[in-house]
Amino acid sequence: MGDMPLLSIVTFLPLAGVFLILWNRANDEVAIRNIKMVALTTTVFTFLVSLFVWARFDATNPGFQLVEEARWMGDFVSYRMGVDGISVLFVILTTFLMPFCILASWRSIEYRVKEYMIAFLVLETLMIGVFCALDAVLFYVFFEGGLIPMFIIIGVWGGKRRFYASYKFFLYTLLGSVLMLVAIMAMYWDAGTTDITRLLQHPFPAAMQPWLWIAFFASFAVKMPMWPVHTWLPDAHVEAPTAGSVILAGILLKMGGYGFLRFSVPMFPLASADFAPMVFALSVVAIIYTSLVALMQDDIKKLIAYSSVAHMGFVTMGIFALNEQGVQGAIFQMISHGLVSGALFLCVGVVYDRMHTREITAYGGLVNRMPAYATVFLIFTMANVGLPGTSGFVGEFLTLMGAYEANTWVAFFAATGVILSAGYALWLFRRVVFGELTKDSLKGILDLSGREKALLVPLVVLVIYYGIYPLPILDATAASVDSLVKNYQAAIDAAAQTAAIAH
Amino acid sequence: MFALPALMPALPEILLGVGALVLLMVGVFRDENSTDVVTGMAVALLIVAAAVMVLLPADGVTFDGAFVMDGFARFLKVLVLIGSAVAIAMSVAYARAEKFERFEYPVLIVIATLGMMMMISASDLISVYLGLELQSLALYVVASINRDQLRSTEAGLKYFVLGALSSGMLLYGASLVYGFTGHTDFAGIRAVLTADGASIGFVFGLVFMMAGFAFKVSAVPFHMWTPDVYEGAPTPVTAFFAAAPKIAAMAVLTRTVIDAFQPALTDWQQIIAFVAIASMALGAFAAIGQTNIKRLMAYSSIGHMGYALVGLAAGTATGVQGVLIYLATYLAMTAGAFACILAMRREDGMVEEISGLSGLARNNLVMGFLLAMIMFSLAGIPPFAGFFAKYFVFVAAVEAELYWLAVIGVVTSVVGAYYYLRIVKIIFFDEPAGAFKAMPAELRVVLGLSSAFVIFFGLVSGPLSDAAQAAARSLF
Repeated sequence: MGDMPLLSIVTFLPLAGVFLILWNRANDEVAIRNIKMVALTTTVFTFLVSLFVWARFDATNPGFQLVEEARWMGDFVSYRMGVDGISVLFVILTTFLMPFCILASWRSIEYRVKEYMIAFLVLETLMIGVFCALDAVLFYVFFEGGLIPMFIIIGVWGGKRRFYASYKFFLYTLLGSVLMLVAIMAMYWDAGTTDITRLLQHPFPAAMQPWLWIAFFASFAVKMPMWPVHTWLPDAHVEAPTAGSVILAGILLKMGGYGFLRFSVPMFPLASADFAPMVFALSVVAIIYTSLVALMQDDIKKLIAYSSVAHMGFVTMGIFALNEQGVQGAIFQMISHGLVSGALFLCVGVVYDRMHTREITAYGGLVNRMPAYATVFLIFTMANVGLPGTSGFVGEFLTLMGAYEANTWVAFFAATGVILSAGYALWLFRRVVFGELTKDSLKGILDLSGREKALLVPLVVLVIYYGIYPLPILDATAASVDSLVKNYQAAIDAAAQTAAIAH
Repeated sequence: MFALPALMPALPEILLGVGALVLLMVGVFRDENSTDVVTGMAVALLIVAAAVMVLLPADGVTFDGAFVMDGFARFLKVLVLIGSAVAIAMSVAYARAEKFERFEYPVLIVIATLGMMMMISASDLISVYLGLELQSLALYVVASINRDQLRSTEAGLKYFVLGALSSGMLLYGASLVYGFTGHTDFAGIRAVLTADGASIGFVFGLVFMMAGFAFKVSAVPFHMWTPDVYEGAPTPVTAFFAAAPKIAAMAVLTRTVIDAFQPALTDWQQIIAFVAIASMALGAFAAIGQTNIKRLMAYSSIGHMGYALVGLAAGTATGVQGVLIYLATYLAMTAGAFACILAMRREDGMVEEISGLSGLARNNLVMGFLLAMIMFSLAGIPPFAGFFAKYFVFVAAVEAELYWLAVIGVVTSVVGAYYYLRIVKIIFFDEPAGAFKAMPAELRVVLGLSSAFVIFFGLVSGPLSDAAQAAARSLF
């Protein structure tokens, strides 16, 4: 496998599954089962192939690895793929979560199964592509292309207000992204290339940096989502089918954080330093305000959606602390949140499939009938709160540490968010799981099935494993983060020197 | 002594001219069922003309500098020929069902195509006007080809009155330009402008000429005829209007401003930029309220001409390359969309309401899927062709430091995405309405080819952008 284009294979492998599914023209019970099996096999196989990427990845090398390059579109755009310590984990996270999404949809998707599976496989290709792309335009193509399958997933298989949610999701994200596109064009004319590796070395003029930074910020802040442009997320989450929510929370939100680390911070270091206080402010508002909003939700999914916004606040805070702890913590928090929030949405899906409601008041006392479910849900709730021993703790701790170094007050206010998150998460757990089982509708509810256990147990294991032993993730990212922070510092110092000479 | 001008550069035009007359004879002297024969021959003629142009390239300037054949002309002529051939092919089933089969239709399209090719190659104000009028007169008749139907004749009349007005403005502008520069040939005008700069009288003429051209490409504020004519004309005619004439009009506008008026860049750049912004904005906002799919496509085409003009506003080789790529993808998307619109036929006749597409994905998944992808492409969402087309025009605008133009453009594209999404929503999310009749074979072919281009554009974009680049450089 010496020279195989491994990243392209991982990226486009799901499309092979799409072709197999298209091959199947029948529409009976057997055919639908086959379609599901093909989708599952494809995603599992993609995950296995992505493990080769992981195996061949050299964590001590801070640069891009497994690089592929081909001429694509005249002088403007080339096809370039590659991963570094920042992106490789997201590739693995994507391929890892996909089989869970397919399994979670096994019974809950009752109509138009074929289109559903195709949409998910196409989405997987586009998501992996975002993290592998080493060309700004190619990145944009994958980044934006992902809107199409997600729009269709929310719109066709979503809940009651699915039209509204799908439009809002699409147009919000699109509006943010098109400004990024103009910025990419401006960068092309300044640097003469859209190759990310060369853009990273190109010093953009100090006068241009703020504009480019704002354009990228418009895109990533919406995707992240940061307060106050987060309002599409609760709607999209509530209306999306379970697997759609898992992908939204697990992967799509991470593209914003990834974008900050790939573009904003290393390419526009001066603007990043200037805008960091604003990002801190927005992050702190997001952490406190959305935690308070989460407290008052009646809908389980909406509550988790708001908690996602709060957790993403820690990520932006960590990134713009602009030191090693902060950035590493942000990456860890993203990976951990991908697992935890994905698992929480799966947990909601479990009871939703049985009761077809997400109202918190419709539940209560589930522990009496569903002890296994109660245990699993408790573990993920604790991970969401950030209890030591779960992966949620490591990320929050590191980002807070980084923020403390940058600005004590930011760390102080963000820490209150940890308390608030305990408030809403535990209260949710109390209302749904504990108490007397008084509702007649719940008297016949069944505990986790074998399929659901197979879904949730691996996530439990990982969440606890990385909570106790976070080193594999931190090691993988260390070299790249180190060079990111060093380059940033060098750029700031150089600018300070020029300013000193000028005076 | 009289010397015969070089004819080889104009060989495709001569072929079309002679061919049109032959087709007319065939149509007249084979009284019964001549339509099928003439239609087939017309398509073959257009394909042969395209093949001659690609396989026997004969670049050069002829007819005393009034006619020029270069890479730019070849690229656009191929597009126009494809557009016309597709329009003829798509009319067959419709004309039969609506009972207006006439052999004049393909003949008129061939004549209009001849006019368009003249426009594309024109490098003299007189040949510009000649080509434009030949095209326009044929189009007026084509618009009212279904002469027993009130709407069709109304469309033809409206088109004629407004088109004649715009031709008049163009002619008036051209006369002013001639008066103040003393030349009708582009090279002469350019030389005078370079030497003496743009006089106020020339700028007057420039503005009138721009207005005339804006009429022809249906750019705001001269777009009013478009929705009415699109809605009133028979659908295959609308499909024709939406593609080939727009391409030819953009071509003649591009060549005029780049070749003849290049020294007056700052004068025409602001006109083009304003017209582009107005078109993009109006196309995006006015389309939101439409319920008739043909009217929607009219506003959509206004918007798309606005995007193409963004590339032209840059006034650079990159910009012209963007315009060429934009026109190529616009042709493919329009052909695919109209193939679907022409297939919207139930037992009781054509459906033109957008709501008629309800739940199409469940009645006919292939057609629903392809139409939805074309809509995403029209909205400019990657990885489809429409995105790359927009990328190329905006990258040129950014190069020319027209940042505000690029920003306004991308923002209007988000507004535009709303109404394209509405069609996708109707196709995919809504409950199915009645199924359409099976799609005729020729429409399937057109839809298949154009959607393959739209969806897999990423794979073919290399050669296409190289070809467009070479074509654009031939202008500079």
